[in-house]
Amino acid sequence: MMAAVAARELRNGEVVFVGIGLPNLACNLARATHAPRLVLIYESGAVGAVPERLPVSIGDPALVTGSLMVCGMADVFQGMLQNGRIEVGFLGGAQVDRYGNINTTVIGPYARPKVRLPGSGGAAEIAIHARRTLIVAQLGPRAFPERVDFVTSPGLRPQGRLRRELRMPGAGPVKVITDKAILEADEATGEMVLAALYPGVSVPDVQAGVGWALTCRSGLAAVAPPTPQELRLLRDVLDPKRLFLRQ
Amino acid sequence: MRDAIARFVHDGDTVVIEGFTHLICFAAGHEIIRQRRRDLTLARLTPDLIYDQMIGAGCARKLVFSWAGNPGVGSLHAFRRAVEAPGTAPLEIEEYSHFGMVARFSAGAARLPFWPLRDYMGTDLPRVNPRIKTVPCPYTGEDLATVPALNPDVTIVHAQRADADGNTQIWGLLGVQREAAFASARVIVVVEELVDEQVIRSDPNRTVIPGMIVDAVVVEPWGAHPSYAQGYYDRDNDFYVAWEDISRSPDRLTRYLDEFVYGVPDRAAYLKKQPHVTRLKAKERVCAGVNYGY
Repeated sequence: MMAAVAARELRNGEVVFVGIGLPNLACNLARATHAPRLVLIYESGAVGAVPERLPVSIGDPALVTGSLMVCGMADVFQGMLQNGRIEVGFLGGAQVDRYGNINTTVIGPYARPKVRLPGSGGAAEIAIHARRTLIVAQLGPRAFPERVDFVTSPGLRPQGRLRRELRMPGAGPVKVITDKAILEADEATGEMVLAALYPGVSVPDVQAGVGWALTCRSGLAAVAPPTPQELRLLRDVLDPKRLFLRQ
Repeated sequence: MRDAIARFVHDGDTVVIEGFTHLICFAAGHEIIRQRRRDLTLARLTPDLIYDQMIGAGCARKLVFSWAGNPGVGSLHAFRRAVEAPGTAPLEIEEYSHFGMVARFSAGAARLPFWPLRDYMGTDLPRVNPRIKTVPCPYTGEDLATVPALNPDVTIVHAQRADADGNTQIWGLLGVQREAAFASARVIVVVEELVDEQVIRSDPNRTVIPGMIVDAVVVEPWGAHPSYAQGYYDRDNDFYVAWEDISRSPDRLTRYLDEFVYGVPDRAAYLKKQPHVTRLKAKERVCAGVNYGY
């Protein structure tokens, strides 16, 4: 469901900075359906990748074979990302907060971590530079606190200010795609607000997985379930071994 | 390998074994562990399993990095133990994002003191790493982030092939291999195949590292396993998954090192212990070639 929802967010011809796991599935589903000209860029340097198998890691050799270009990482971050060429970036993380800040660094204090997470990787700069970002995360009170323990990837009100005041080129997170609903950025407040529900999900179900008083858009949209074609592609073609799709 | 590590890697050095998922030289990391190097500052974008093993083996004093996980799997547990319970195995950390680390190597390669980048606004990284600073652009006045040059004492690069002088050719993902090599005081190149200079000359655009900056060439087939070498062998994803369980327990990690690192004299013996790796041998996808004529 999340993969199908994320895929629908991508438009044909867009340049996408792809992460591993669900975003990767979503991008390849979009490519197989409505967006055959989607350009997949991986931070490892593969541009226009057409992986024949689902990549296990972001540096999988299948990203190289048949791609349009393989460049060094200095070119990826300077020539593609900082240059403003990336239209969509996918981000995920252990914590996502009210303003779309993401934490992939540490739970607890930095110097005495309760859980040490991997860190930024390329996420900080994707959050800053991609023209828009899509956050993908499963709802839960620990995953969606009012405020993240550490801002790895800045959201819509960094340090309480507007992104453009800090000269951040990208628009930041426009949507949070969860396992129950879609949250959207509210332009006026910078908050992530409830915009659309998956089939069979109620507002209290979503609120239970969010650590702040969630604002609801008037006239909540209903998210259409995956079509038979989307399901067939995901299950039989894109992830037949169920590496990333939940059983 | 034994001689190259003995000669060029010393206690207290800043050591870089680069390679982004691709071409990570486990053979060199294992030899450093075997020779019981200590107090190393280990720098890499993604510490990966190799630095987790070196941290577990007690080689590291400090880690400089930008993403410390097990790619596609989860955590690096030796790293996490050292950071989450600093009483037991203190490990200093210095943390950037990928772009920051790439920029550090770029500055190092260009022998500049720092590198400017449009990054880090709104993040907490500069708060915990005071080496990330800002500088006003002398032309526009815009504040730009800066990171300091990284100039390792020694960089170890794995590659598909080189000639005896160290002219080194890489294809597939390039990571920051070139920048890391140029930034380094000493460079060790480890290759799947040693080739004649004529092979290099027949395809000069594929040369990523020129022999003039290389101090040693080591021939070590399968030297990147369980990482991979495009066109030679695939990544051993099963081992990356297995590392989750091995690294979770200090005892299992020690037993792994005893059997596969301390318990073998060299890479050939390591490979003999795991004949299954031959199933990772790459299929052929040969490119058409280019005409360099004029």
